[in-house]
Amino acid sequence: MDAFTKLTGIAAPMPMANVDTDKIIPGRFLKTIKRTGLGVHLFDALRYDAEGKEREEFVLNREPYRRAEILIAHENFGCGSSREHAPWALLDFGIRCVIAPDFADIFHTNTFKNGILPIKLSREICDQLMEDAKLGENARITVDLEAQVVVRPNGEEIPFEIDPFRKHLLLNGLDDIGQTLQHAPRIDSYEAVQKTEKSWMPGISV
Amino acid sequence: MNATKKRTLFDKVWDAHVVERLPDGTCVLYIDRHLVHEVTSPQAFEGLRLAGRKVRRPDATIAVADHNIPTMGRANGIEEEDSRIQVETLERNVAEFGVPYFPILSPQQGIVHIIGPEQGISLPGTTIVCGDSHTSTHGALGALAFGIGTSEVEHVLATQTLLQRPAKNMLVRVDGVLRPGVTAKDIVLAIIGKIGTAGGTGHVIEFGGSAIRALDMAGRMTVCNMSIEAGARAGMIAPDETTFAYVTGRPYAPKGEALEKALAWWKSLPSDEGAVYDTTVVLDAAEIVPMVTWGTNPEAVVPINGVVPDPAVEADEGRRVQLARMVEYMGLSVGQKMTDLAIDVVFIGSCTNGRIEDIRAAAGIAKGRKVAPGVRAMVVPGSGIVRDLAEVEGIDKMLIEAGFEWREPGCSMCLGMNPDKLTPGQRCASTSNRNFEGRQGPGGRTHLVSPAMAAAAAIAGHLIDPREFT
Repeated sequence: MDAFTKLTGIAAPMPMANVDTDKIIPGRFLKTIKRTGLGVHLFDALRYDAEGKEREEFVLNREPYRRAEILIAHENFGCGSSREHAPWALLDFGIRCVIAPDFADIFHTNTFKNGILPIKLSREICDQLMEDAKLGENARITVDLEAQVVVRPNGEEIPFEIDPFRKHLLLNGLDDIGQTLQHAPRIDSYEAVQKTEKSWMPGISV
Repeated sequence: MNATKKRTLFDKVWDAHVVERLPDGTCVLYIDRHLVHEVTSPQAFEGLRLAGRKVRRPDATIAVADHNIPTMGRANGIEEEDSRIQVETLERNVAEFGVPYFPILSPQQGIVHIIGPEQGISLPGTTIVCGDSHTSTHGALGALAFGIGTSEVEHVLATQTLLQRPAKNMLVRVDGVLRPGVTAKDIVLAIIGKIGTAGGTGHVIEFGGSAIRALDMAGRMTVCNMSIEAGARAGMIAPDETTFAYVTGRPYAPKGEALEKALAWWKSLPSDEGAVYDTTVVLDAAEIVPMVTWGTNPEAVVPINGVVPDPAVEADEGRRVQLARMVEYMGLSVGQKMTDLAIDVVFIGSCTNGRIEDIRAAAGIAKGRKVAPGVRAMVVPGSGIVRDLAEVEGIDKMLIEAGFEWREPGCSMCLGMNPDKLTPGQRCASTSNRNFEGRQGPGGRTHLVSPAMAAAAAIAGHLIDPREFT
């Protein structure tokens, strides 16, 4: 996973609530055994018409948002399925940060595992950032994870909250399996105790 | 931890699985059961391979293919190449890593959330995960069960744990007695209509109250299945005699003395009297009627005797725009009666409603009647065991004679990943769980309903209160 430290880039405004993971990447594109290559299908139904032609009105089909690295949306972003293909598609397109008033839980976890930073800011501030983002090329937004601030084009700094453990993993690009395996002795002893305490639990074999 | 603290069902299952609590409150949580399917696991096994890691507990893992597989003629293999590769990849991975697997043509094969409980793999008081959001289904047994992404699938395969922070507790109590002809699906749609698609975010919902207690296990699974549609991390129902009777005798459930030991613990799991919930929501069962979704998320739901709501009455502009978009996408007009909506397709199945009880309910309506001309109606059992039982009971014949298709088990038309799909503009009465735009196929229009209402719609040719058929 790539570390996330500081990003200055173009932000795409997407003023929609309840953007579900089927919308981010429809089910028929999940038939892959790879993590990459999904960017072309990101927001497929919003982005392309029935003939597969780009819909001009969709934000990511317009300059400069084709090069957006930040996405700003409304409430409950990423609701629905647990498919990690949703953050994979965002990442493959080039999005490294999503800003919204709140996120669905599983999607929120999945973004961190892929070096994407989800930032929760109030609806009011999201709307303000969307207004900034509408200025396009001239409205680069900076996201500084170390300092925990979003910097508006006018220089105003907006602080955000983040779980310190997840921040640490993201800043350093750490694989959390490696982190957990540091506790392997504790997992061993937990299992040893359970073998006695939950001796009733059968193993699965076919 | 304060030993006298009153704990909820969730607190008890959580506490029993904390391996270690890190200084910032993150917990290393032990996972008892890991269900694996073909869509969200290939990249996880690849990750293990690249890092030279093994599956820590193959004996706590079970794999099955369900999302991709065709529900007709599967003995001939999978025609669609990407789907076939995904299933073959799963088969290679389970062989390489020694993970137990129910092959496609075995009777144990089925939708992962149907077979876990059916086989006795999902047990009360356990932690259960799967790379699928509807893992919440297994919470009906009093398990803590939740969906995870592929990175977490890899994490569990490698460590048998997850890094998690405790959720908040929410109690949804449904008091009183359901009116005749009102089902578990109507309960959960009514709940989502009340609390919204993000109403449960950050919470584990415990469903309680007399109307929940009165449900059979199939109904409880339907309710917990859709917890995720309210945004909850998981849904749970306290284990009781109904639960114990269901679990007893299942192939992978404990037996004899082991069962006695298990029961002793399971009986200690229900929430303590006076346990505190962060949020409590109460519904009156007697007020719940058969429900149907009209829009493109599960909170856009109305009673079957209702009408398409008017977006203009919404105060919030964003919401107004979203609702107007739903009306347009669904091809509706404001004020239209739900019962006036003609149906093209009926889908009965999925992890929400693919159990034998659901199929019996559909057959009960279909018996001696005929599917309306021009309607395609399909019934897809949730597992080979469900299919075989239905065939022994003869309800497959009843459905076939009425004009329904009787198919092989799988996720089928729930999610548009296999040949069972809607075509653009088709309107479907579906017993599945999601009515998102394009969920059942690009341009498809989904109305979420109970099995009884789906069968009734197939017969009538339009949405209808199933109580008219009883």
